[in-house]
Amino acid sequence: MTIKILMPALSPTMEEGTLTKWLVKEGDMVESGDIMAEIETDKATMEFEAVDEGIISKILIPDGSENVAVNTPIAILLEDGESLTESNNNKSTDKNAIKPHPIINITTQATVKVTSLIGIENVPEGTTFTATTVRDALRDAMAEEMRSNENVFLMGEEVAEYEGAYKVSQGLLDEFGAKRVIDTPITEHGFAGIAVGAAFGGLNPIVEFMTFNFALQAMDHIINSAAKTLYMSGGQMGAPMVFRGPNGAASRVGAQHSHCFAAWYAQIPGLKVVMPYSAADAKGLLKSAIRDPNPVIFLENEMLYGRLFDVPDLDDFTVPIGKAKIWREGDDVTLVSFGIGMQYALEAAEQLAEEGISAEVVDLRSLRPIDYDTLLNSVKKTNRCVTIEEGFPVGSIGNHLSAVIMEHAFDYLDAPVINCTGKDVPMPYAANLEKLALVTTKEVIDAVKLVTYR
Amino acid sequence: MAASKKKSKSNISPEELQKYYREMLLIRRFEEKAGQLYGMGHIGGFCHLYIGQEAVVVGLEAAAKDGDNRLTSYRDHAHMLACGLDPKGVMAELTGRKDGLSKGKGGSMHMFSKEKHFYGGHGIVAAQVPIGAGLALANQYRGEDSVTFTYFGDGAANQGQVYESFNMAALWKLPVIFVVENNRYAMGTSLQRAASTPDFYTRGEAFGITGAVVDGMNVLAVKAAGELAVAHCRAGNGPYVLEVKTYRYRGHSMSDPARYRSKEEVKQVKDNEDPIDMIKEMLTQGGHATSDELKKIDKEIKKIVQESADFAIASPEPDLSELYTDILV
Repeated sequence: MTIKILMPALSPTMEEGTLTKWLVKEGDMVESGDIMAEIETDKATMEFEAVDEGIISKILIPDGSENVAVNTPIAILLEDGESLTESNNNKSTDKNAIKPHPIINITTQATVKVTSLIGIENVPEGTTFTATTVRDALRDAMAEEMRSNENVFLMGEEVAEYEGAYKVSQGLLDEFGAKRVIDTPITEHGFAGIAVGAAFGGLNPIVEFMTFNFALQAMDHIINSAAKTLYMSGGQMGAPMVFRGPNGAASRVGAQHSHCFAAWYAQIPGLKVVMPYSAADAKGLLKSAIRDPNPVIFLENEMLYGRLFDVPDLDDFTVPIGKAKIWREGDDVTLVSFGIGMQYALEAAEQLAEEGISAEVVDLRSLRPIDYDTLLNSVKKTNRCVTIEEGFPVGSIGNHLSAVIMEHAFDYLDAPVINCTGKDVPMPYAANLEKLALVTTKEVIDAVKLVTYR
Repeated sequence: MAASKKKSKSNISPEELQKYYREMLLIRRFEEKAGQLYGMGHIGGFCHLYIGQEAVVVGLEAAAKDGDNRLTSYRDHAHMLACGLDPKGVMAELTGRKDGLSKGKGGSMHMFSKEKHFYGGHGIVAAQVPIGAGLALANQYRGEDSVTFTYFGDGAANQGQVYESFNMAALWKLPVIFVVENNRYAMGTSLQRAASTPDFYTRGEAFGITGAVVDGMNVLAVKAAGELAVAHCRAGNGPYVLEVKTYRYRGHSMSDPARYRSKEEVKQVKDNEDPIDMIKEMLTQGGHATSDELKKIDKEIKKIVQESADFAIASPEPDLSELYTDILV
């Protein structure tokens, strides 16, 4: 039997990668453990080892091929005694045998059209845009702010030499040096406290948590030390700093690595909380967060890091904290979401449009302060509202929005507000259960049909 | 103990002795007054007094220079008085009035002064430890030679974040002095029952941090030990652990009857080791002050404290509009 060597998945969220370089050539003998190729994932360049012994008979995907889907055959290995002819004969049957198997239904690398109303950020007429990943947009925001303010520095696990566990801080160590891009030991409680102290002392730290799940260990300093000091000091001093990192579910990383903390932080007076969806918002909001004199919680999403969005080509593009954005105007229902929830909201709106239901899609972007005006004005227009978020249902952002809508727009409502959320369970590992635990586009569509009585 | 007393005696001027006497006495009288105001209902919530520990903060402040930072736990009134903050502002914060250091919004455990580089007043046990290391990081970042006095108790010394801070402070050579105020009791738990190793000054050893221990009832010994620690940090040698052995005469807070220790134990310390009596004796026996001069000082201090109490009671409560201010900049 010939063995098909398949493009490997080398990170939890990897669905495709670049086959940077073959380190073997056709005709080479390999043994298990030999390094055959270098593969660039969404996170890092990895070496790919042989598992079986044999001769590389055919390289199917050449050096430098980009966007090679996981599980695509990339080479053929002949086991002892086989000939090349046999393998060629087998090849025709291979074609349909293996298909990329997406782990969950999220398309990566898809360019999302920034359709309307980006003008809310006052982008000047004639501004050009460049398709940029959320990951690069975040890096650009930090680099720009570090260039303009000597007191801004980045600290966290693997931010410097490793260039970020999710490659968000690529190039920053090279440009700014070890004084301003500080690798910390794995000690969230301690380094969060140190960062708060540095902020009290007049610096503007950006603290990267490898994920916000680990920030639970640092919660005391975020809440008790950073958020409350301005008040407790009668306005004398506070913590001008940013806590940032991926938040919420990634893919198949289980209960302890998949928690969305949006509603937790949004509850705390003394914090600002933002959770962008697009790359432009990620960049503009992170720049605003770094400049903000208050502690800002900046919630990113691992699934969105590789997504491309148009980002305006401006020297200093910022997005104000506390302003929602309407991505899509509509008349029949308001879909309100933030962060990765926007993906389900936008997909649902698209499908609903085909059925003749016109949905207005509001991206809160900031969860503290919340732009209630934009939401309430939309609900007063559409008379119906569905909220969408990935976090748990009890005490969710959606619960809060429902209460606000009830209090301030009760007479405008033609149906109860429905909250689409993650399920009330710890995140399961099994692929099918994880999919079930997350909010889905279909649930959003079903909710819209309920509130529009269709 | 005796050796350090003798040694420091020879290097000290009568003026300095009087200064320390005055500063320690101010703390004691202030705390006694705070206790009294608490009993009268003028001070609410928790109130942690520093009586008995005065030599620690007065001795270390004598080793500090302008620009140095200090921060501590909730037992913080003395640290503020010792770094020169007006007793009126401190007392008015204890009474929760608008002229308090934090406009009455912080309370006894949460006070700050950017002007005096006093960074709290922290109500969460040991939270000030990494924050102190972070203040030192800011000094190092800007190339300043300031040091940060990070005070915490023997109870806090068992918190995990202390060792996270030790590790990073040593790794990055941060100019921070970790001052362990060992008063023998973490609230009601004696250190024998809470600490597997009672020698706190050795706890930095695993991280390569120099440590020292000093008699915290002797202000001159504390000052001398503080000077060594400061010199170490200012020279860029990284952090330093200074254990100061002290004793609090009162309970953990005003509501603690301190039944976990004997009256004899407290009496023994008060009678034989009191830091203020020690200095007083040095002043009188050395012929550096007459009893009339000391009485004059006592009177002055009493007046300052009484004025702070009067001020703190007369100052109005904060305006109701203050509820919603200072939440965000």
